[in-house]
Amino acid sequence: MRHFLHRLMQAAFLIIGVSILTFLFSTLAPGNYFDEMRLNPQISRETVAALRAQYQLDRPLPVRYGRWVNSLVHGEMGFSFAYNSPVAPLLWVRARNTLLLTVTATLLAWGLALPLGIWSATTLGRLPDRALSWATAAFLVIPDLVLTLGLLILAVRSGWFPTGGMLSVGFENLSPIQKFRDIAFHMVLPVTALVLSALPILVRHVRAAVADVLEAPFLRAAASHGIQRRTLLYRYALRAAANPLISLFGFSVGALLSGSLLVEVVMSWPGLGPLLLEAILARDLYVVIGGVICSTIFLVVGNFMADVLIYWADPRIRTRAAAK
Amino acid sequence: MTPLIEVQDLHVAYISRAGKKSLALAGISFDVRPGETLGVLGESGSGKSTLAAALLRLLPGNGEIQRGAVLFEGQDLLRAEPRTLERIRGDRIALIFQEPSLALHPTIRIGEQISDVLAAHESLSRSALRQKTLQLLAEVFPADPARIADSYLHQLSGGQQQRVLIAQAIACGPSLIVADEPTASLDPTTQQDILSLFRTLREKFNLSMILITHNPALLAGLADRVLVLYAGKVAEIGPTEKVLAFPQHPYTRALLQSMPRRLDEPAKGHKSKLPVIPGDAPNLEELANGCRFETRCADRMEMCTQREPEAVAVSEAHAVSCFKYGG
Amino acid sequence: MRRENIKPHLIVENLEKSYENAGVLGTRKEVKALQGVSFSICRQSTLALVGESGSGKSTLAFCIACLERPTSGRIVIHGNETTALDEKQLRRVRPQVQLVFQDPARSLNPRFSALEIVSEPLLVQGRFHKREREDRARALLVQVGIPQEKVLRNAGEFSGGQRQRLAIARALALEPKLLILDEALSALDCSVQAQIANLLLELQSSLGLTYLFITHDFAMAGHLADEIAVMDGGKIVELGATEKVLRAPEQEVTRRLLVATPRLRAAAEMPQVV
Repeated sequence: MRHFLHRLMQAAFLIIGVSILTFLFSTLAPGNYFDEMRLNPQISRETVAALRAQYQLDRPLPVRYGRWVNSLVHGEMGFSFAYNSPVAPLLWVRARNTLLLTVTATLLAWGLALPLGIWSATTLGRLPDRALSWATAAFLVIPDLVLTLGLLILAVRSGWFPTGGMLSVGFENLSPIQKFRDIAFHMVLPVTALVLSALPILVRHVRAAVADVLEAPFLRAAASHGIQRRTLLYRYALRAAANPLISLFGFSVGALLSGSLLVEVVMSWPGLGPLLLEAILARDLYVVIGGVICSTIFLVVGNFMADVLIYWADPRIRTRAAAK
Repeated sequence: MTPLIEVQDLHVAYISRAGKKSLALAGISFDVRPGETLGVLGESGSGKSTLAAALLRLLPGNGEIQRGAVLFEGQDLLRAEPRTLERIRGDRIALIFQEPSLALHPTIRIGEQISDVLAAHESLSRSALRQKTLQLLAEVFPADPARIADSYLHQLSGGQQQRVLIAQAIACGPSLIVADEPTASLDPTTQQDILSLFRTLREKFNLSMILITHNPALLAGLADRVLVLYAGKVAEIGPTEKVLAFPQHPYTRALLQSMPRRLDEPAKGHKSKLPVIPGDAPNLEELANGCRFETRCADRMEMCTQREPEAVAVSEAHAVSCFKYGG
Repeated sequence: MRRENIKPHLIVENLEKSYENAGVLGTRKEVKALQGVSFSICRQSTLALVGESGSGKSTLAFCIACLERPTSGRIVIHGNETTALDEKQLRRVRPQVQLVFQDPARSLNPRFSALEIVSEPLLVQGRFHKREREDRARALLVQVGIPQEKVLRNAGEFSGGQRQRLAIARALALEPKLLILDEALSALDCSVQAQIANLLLELQSSLGLTYLFITHDFAMAGHLADEIAVMDGGKIVELGATEKVLRAPEQEVTRRLLVATPRLRAAAEMPQVV
């Protein structure tokens, strides 16, 4: 238990540290939101200065940081200049959309990676393994952008799938079932893109971890007891190969908010990615900071989850931790 | 009496990555009668572990059974369907692997690992499984079987781990147990306990056993007959007392002579040189024609380099493969 | 018994070693690995230390080899009181005591060649230049019976017995006078044990070595040792000439171990486990 409290504290410090650093870097970067306005000759200098004062962009850094933390506590996370609203509700909507994509993609990717990786490991060196290795290598080499664009082209040419966005026009008028179908159709391409980019690495890791275990004496010993092949693979082999895979899974969870930026932008999916991109380009300071913090929290939670899972799954680690 | 298991002319080879073939077992034949304990005496490179694995077709990836038959309960195990084999493994023939610390799963509870063996062959309810598991553990752990059931591999000592393997072996009531070096890494008193346990269980469950070891002293008083394995061939086979007291094959003789006798024969000069078998075990990838023991044999003759000797009976139940006796 | 030096080569006096283990909920538990251990070994003789695992044999070996510091007590090797030396001085004394471990597969790096393994101690100690190191290593390998053709092979390609010969050659590289053999024969096949035992006897007489032979095999202890010490629970419970300990053991522990040692002539009845 002490082990975890320690980790939680580390996590908290990390998040605080990241917030400070992001704040620092964003504000130190030259320019601010109102610079665009300054270029417009019709808006007077005084108006710009007044706006800046109104949004307190002229106050010293620590004060602004303090006010930001304060707004955090109140559930607002600062103010977006571009959208003229508190940051939190903006982030929430977009994050939800992103999670819809990434959670689906992650589950699908892992759901495919496990059996494929196991299949590869059990046929090591033979045709299925070599074919899979070749395929994963190919997909690893193709840049994500090319993949995504390729899928878009497919959509345009075939007309089977919508070419972007999340909802069709007139969405509000659809029945619940139709709404579900609509979103689902819009999700197919982006999810495919995400899965195709994540799958190769996962399959390779599963293959490596399982292949390692397949030669272990305890597996042959279990086979000598007449335990069926399926049980041997999924209960004995997979559990022994679990540790590195659990860490990897934690990493997958950690990337839930941050891993889909490219796909979202290219496919116009209204997720966190495009929001963040716009905000960075427009110097919408607090949105940027809010987005980064959210992603960091996910990363930290993901790692922490992996720690907890490993602790739960591997009794040797429990014993070692207790002995310390 | 019909033998329980009969091995005929078994040939097993390992193929290295470079494609080189080494003949780990080159024509092994023997049988085990019901209720009998056969000791297989072999050092490293003799093929003893290969034999254990081959009986149930559990050779590692690069091993290949090239010829022979293993007759058990009316069928040839080497030609049986995988399903049939799965049924027989653990249920009719149980294998106890070397190195108990490697033969159990590191992160599954001990009790579950035993239940898995039961579940593989019998359809029992959850509670029946748990009950039977505890019963089995009680056979090998007189004290506190429940605590052992809830433990993990790394929480048990070497002796305890070995007992768990034995519990797994007797779980489904097999008629034959093959134990590969069951006491190799254990302290002498633990060793003795385990051997006693074998005796008790053998009696109680009417087991036949094949006990594989490199230490002849372990077989005295435990095995009925001894098969001496050298470089993949049967050097000698016969009743234990005869083979240990009057070894016929030059290898067996030399092996027994090389053991320190201080405890049995205190008069023997201590700190004297032991008569050793010169050289090392042969490289199975590069075997010349002729008897495999020839290069290290004190009694070698001209014909020993020309071909391999056949088994010759020196008395009713005692056979040797050596040109000294014909062959 | 013929004694070349009245002064013993190794003296251990009242050695104690305690470890602190973390108990449940942060409490500290003290574990006494060694308690009041005292004995001595004369030059060019062998003391066998017999005991089961957990009796403290390995802890004792590490203390004598200057790899662990005892909590209290004295160790005197060839006149040097190692327990009174600081780290720097110890570094000069360590070469005089060398260890050979049980498992040659794990104590030798399988990717190094035999020659590299044996010359490594010389390299680490910064002695001699390359040519001389190689010559000395080759000479040692001949002495332990590794044929010249195999000298450049990797350790992983040798058999168990050959690897143990290699381990012995490596131990002899720094010309120690005291060799601690920690279960050095236990992992080997019977016939190979005999070969290595013979080698050890040969080396003892040609190089004047003193042996501390740690084992749980009474038969081999009886064969190789001049004196036997029996350890149990961190203490030496019996110590005497081999003959006496084997014929007329005084302690229950000794008797138990003697009975447990497997014999070729099956002892009348092996006691059943209760």
